[in-house]
Amino acid sequence: MASKLWASRAASYLKISAFHRGFSSVLKDLKYADSHEWVKLNGTSATIGITDHAQDHLGDVVFVELPEVGTSVTQGNSFGAVESVKATSDVNSPVSGKVVEVNEELNSSPGLVNASPYDSGWIIKVEMSNGSEVNSLMDSEHYSKFCEEENSKH
Amino acid sequence: MRRGVCLWQLGQSITRSALSQTDGKKAAAGAAATAARRGFASDAELKKTALYDFHVENGGKMVPFAGWSMPIQYKDSIMDSTLNCRANGSLFDVSHMCGLSLKGKDCVRFLETLVIADVAGLAPGTGSLTVFTNEKGGAIDDSVITKVKDDHIYLVVNAGCRDKDLAHIESHMKAFKAKGGDVDWHIHDERSLLALQGPLAASVLQLLTKDDLSKLYFGGFQMLDINGIHCFLTRTGYTGEDGFEISVPSERAVDLAKAIVEKSEGKVRLTGLGARDSLRLEAGLCLYGNDMEQHVTPVEAGLTWAIGKRRRAEGGFLGAQVILKQLEEGPPIRRVGFFSTGPPPRSHCEILDAGGKGLGEVTSGGFSPCLKKNIGMGYVKSGSHKNGTELKIVIRGKSYDGVITKMPFVPTKYYKPS
Repeated sequence: MASKLWASRAASYLKISAFHRGFSSVLKDLKYADSHEWVKLNGTSATIGITDHAQDHLGDVVFVELPEVGTSVTQGNSFGAVESVKATSDVNSPVSGKVVEVNEELNSSPGLVNASPYDSGWIIKVEMSNGSEVNSLMDSEHYSKFCEEENSKH
Repeated sequence: MRRGVCLWQLGQSITRSALSQTDGKKAAAGAAATAARRGFASDAELKKTALYDFHVENGGKMVPFAGWSMPIQYKDSIMDSTLNCRANGSLFDVSHMCGLSLKGKDCVRFLETLVIADVAGLAPGTGSLTVFTNEKGGAIDDSVITKVKDDHIYLVVNAGCRDKDLAHIESHMKAFKAKGGDVDWHIHDERSLLALQGPLAASVLQLLTKDDLSKLYFGGFQMLDINGIHCFLTRTGYTGEDGFEISVPSERAVDLAKAIVEKSEGKVRLTGLGARDSLRLEAGLCLYGNDMEQHVTPVEAGLTWAIGKRRRAEGGFLGAQVILKQLEEGPPIRRVGFFSTGPPPRSHCEILDAGGKGLGEVTSGGFSPCLKKNIGMGYVKSGSHKNGTELKIVIRGKSYDGVITKMPFVPTKYYKPS
């Protein structure tokens, strides 16, 4: 027995650490958005996923909502969602452009987002329309500090 | 593109504002957006159970729930906790729920004016799930009631409905007493409630008491010593597993929790509200506020079995007219369980028939850790409620296939005489 208050908020609760849990892994050669997505650049091509910090807070991912190939994405706007047992979270694109590939593996193995957030848990690949946008993203050091600041408030 | 709140970002900002007011040693309450909406400035305004520090020491992630700071999970994930409950066992702190006793020679007659159960027909030491109804036959709350003796009823109501339920009971009690009825109440704020659930629950608890638990069946109640502490024990729960709810004096609650976990050699794990919700959903149990509300009758909710036979003939509870009519003519909507593909269904998602016509709404849903597929509950028009009916569930603008199925989704293991 529990009340509506729990149920209606269930979708908005995150796994929030009671104690400073130590650093999530942050990779050096990636760029980061403050909504906890990472982007790996290869010329005008960008691979996008969510960070270790994000997957840790989300909990076990059970479903990933992927966009269609060919969809346009805009920096800062949502292109899909990642769902855990208790929460549904938008994923925002750190760059603008067109989706050229989506990680179909995630349909059968959504847990890859937890197990390998920077590698086999990648979500989409985008052909960027505006390369200079990456300048507004954080580098690994900044992002580490950003996460530290949030964790250290404990 | 759907634009929703980016939750982990929100979570971070929630954490930041909530945490700025706590001291380093205490865990922070999460989800302050919720707290802010309800007017809480900081987690200091949330109530704490007797086990709060114990939760924090054991890695509990505390969140606000119904005005209390409760653990949503501990170190393991909600999925692992759920699986462990069914494989071994779980210990939950459910002290936020409100336990009360009704006493007096007319307490049974009094309670019958407010609930659908055949309270008079309960043997002493037995209880049942029931529903408090309003004048329209809708549910005010669900509750597990137990007849301790003919002049003592022990009941537990939902934390989120506490104020509403107590006001309701009190006003009716005043009127009842004014007519000469002998009833009074005691609200057990001096006690805490632990729920011990899972296949190991009975064997672990047996190590802590001399009383023979094999004679205490599902729905049964006993007052006994556990670990040298005088407790109220009910063989009931909210997971579908065999288990108990243990009402213990608050000053001994931590001792008891520690003893249970120790005796189980760690197999019974502290488990939070996140897993509790997964477990009850798998067991097909209603969550008040989602699957049951003020405007939903017990008949619509599929709880006709909880309306005592004599009560169906006699009525005598609030809203009896509406409910008895529904029993005769059938209710207009019915609660159903379903499987679905795609993303986990959530509360308020629309349910359509295979042709795309509106049938109803989802009231609870999620990914089942045990079945590894999506399960959900909702209400559909009567006539379209049969098992096997194909559905479309609309989630964030897209339709996904679903099918109505019987509940419980995971077989229950209630301890009943063979």
